[in-house]
Amino acid sequence: MEKTSPQISARLEIENISVGYNGTTVLQDVSFHIAHGARVAVVGPNGAGKSTLFKALVGLLPLRSGQIFIHEMALGHHLDCVAYVPQRSEVDWQFPVTVADVVMMGRFGKMNWLQAPSRVDRQVVLTSLQQMGIADLADRSIRDMSGGQQQRVFLARALAQQPHIFLMDEAFTGVDTTTQEATLQLLDHLREQNVTVLISTHDLTLAATRFDAILLLNRRVLAFGTPQEVLTPGNLRQAFGTHVLDMETGALLVDDCCPPDKDQDHGSSKDAE
Amino acid sequence: MNWLLEPLQYAFMLRGLLAALLVGILCAIMGTYVVIRGMAFLGDAMAHAILPGVAIAYLLQGNLLLGALFAAVLIALGIGIFSKGGMVKEDTAIGILFAAALALGVAIISSIQTYAVDLSHILFGHILGVSTSDLWLTAGLGICVLLVVAFNFKQFMVISFDPVLAATLRLPAEFLRNLLLLLLAVTVVVSLQTVGVSLAVAMLVTPAAAAYLLTRRLFPMMVVSAVIGASSSLIGLYLSYYLNIVSGSAIVLTATGIFLVVFLFNPRQGILRRKIRS
Repeated sequence: MEKTSPQISARLEIENISVGYNGTTVLQDVSFHIAHGARVAVVGPNGAGKSTLFKALVGLLPLRSGQIFIHEMALGHHLDCVAYVPQRSEVDWQFPVTVADVVMMGRFGKMNWLQAPSRVDRQVVLTSLQQMGIADLADRSIRDMSGGQQQRVFLARALAQQPHIFLMDEAFTGVDTTTQEATLQLLDHLREQNVTVLISTHDLTLAATRFDAILLLNRRVLAFGTPQEVLTPGNLRQAFGTHVLDMETGALLVDDCCPPDKDQDHGSSKDAE
Repeated sequence: MNWLLEPLQYAFMLRGLLAALLVGILCAIMGTYVVIRGMAFLGDAMAHAILPGVAIAYLLQGNLLLGALFAAVLIALGIGIFSKGGMVKEDTAIGILFAAALALGVAIISSIQTYAVDLSHILFGHILGVSTSDLWLTAGLGICVLLVVAFNFKQFMVISFDPVLAATLRLPAEFLRNLLLLLLAVTVVVSLQTVGVSLAVAMLVTPAAAAYLLTRRLFPMMVVSAVIGASSSLIGLYLSYYLNIVSGSAIVLTATGIFLVVFLFNPRQGILRRKIRS
């Protein structure tokens, strides 16, 4: 494993933000602080604004009000240290680029406008590909990738960005087990690097077992804390409403899987194959 | 060898050949963006929409290329204004403006006495009428376009492939998109002389489409596209000389022929290849 430069872990502060688009407000008065290097699962029903939150964090959607601080600086000063893996990447999968080309794009933020990739950049790309187990696909066209491989290409690109904050939308939805395993390994690697991770997921079991904290979201913050604190029957009922089924044993069934979220349908999305 | 050199003893033929090569290469490289970004309709519309600019420049006895350039930039801006905020869909806005501009152009030209000849030159190109100053202007504009492409290669690739990454990298996406439109406008204007308004889109799309089938990376696609574009110009011009047909048509048909050969026989996904293998 190559030695990456020591990363300054991020302290992420969200202060009373409201975000929306096309006249509707999706997130209302959301506030939370995330400590250095924490791993947080963002949980909530469809339309809760999980994707909207991530888009606001990378500056894709403007804030109606409130502020976001990264490293105690306002959003915009530190955008290039945030890597974002969208749920269904809105990219053209017929584009004439190889897997290595796509991962190299993650390095563009660290280059000047005219600069060509250096040896260091190529090394980082190679290591990222190896990390995701797709080094043998480096020279293949992205036209030939399966869904799971596409996801791993994008994870490798996010890794090549050497981010301080790593955002991932619906990490475990609709991917094969190899990709899910690769994603979980990636999370452990990011923990070693002290990278702050936010992942939205519908998988409450993974959220409870693999994350330090859970942010329960439904247009506003319903609960934020350790899995034990957050995943209480009361909180879940408040978040998921009628989708919760109480079992006599005390177990709680949340029936809410993932048809396309309303808040992911905007924008100029070319349909991925 | 004599049949190769014979046409070149005429100075106008030599100038025509140089112009055709320049335009073939330039269109093929910009065509790469047209193909991967799905801008074929826009390119076609822009070519037709520059007609009134050419006509007015002709009437005022100004430079036709400059007239065309002016019209192309106006149209590009117009499309932006109409489709802004989603009031009218972009391809609808393009359709409206393109037909209107074409009609206006024909109306203006029809008021000119010798209009049949002039109109056909504009619609189908007049490569043998290229003057030395036209040639210099073509070369100058072409080099400018290619330099801008070279300086923004990475950035154009990211905004075309992944707008979300472009936003997280804080690229000025809007500016880059408009810059690409402007480059397309200049390219279309330059191609006016060789293949004319009605066939410009073929020079943009056909070589790049063939190159797309042969390559899997952006830069090689541009190089292959440029080679196909230049070959089409060269072969097409000789065909037009010996078969006595309009040069614009000959060039476009040559490019189409190359595309068909690639489509049928290319090693990656050629249709005949697949048939033979199975």
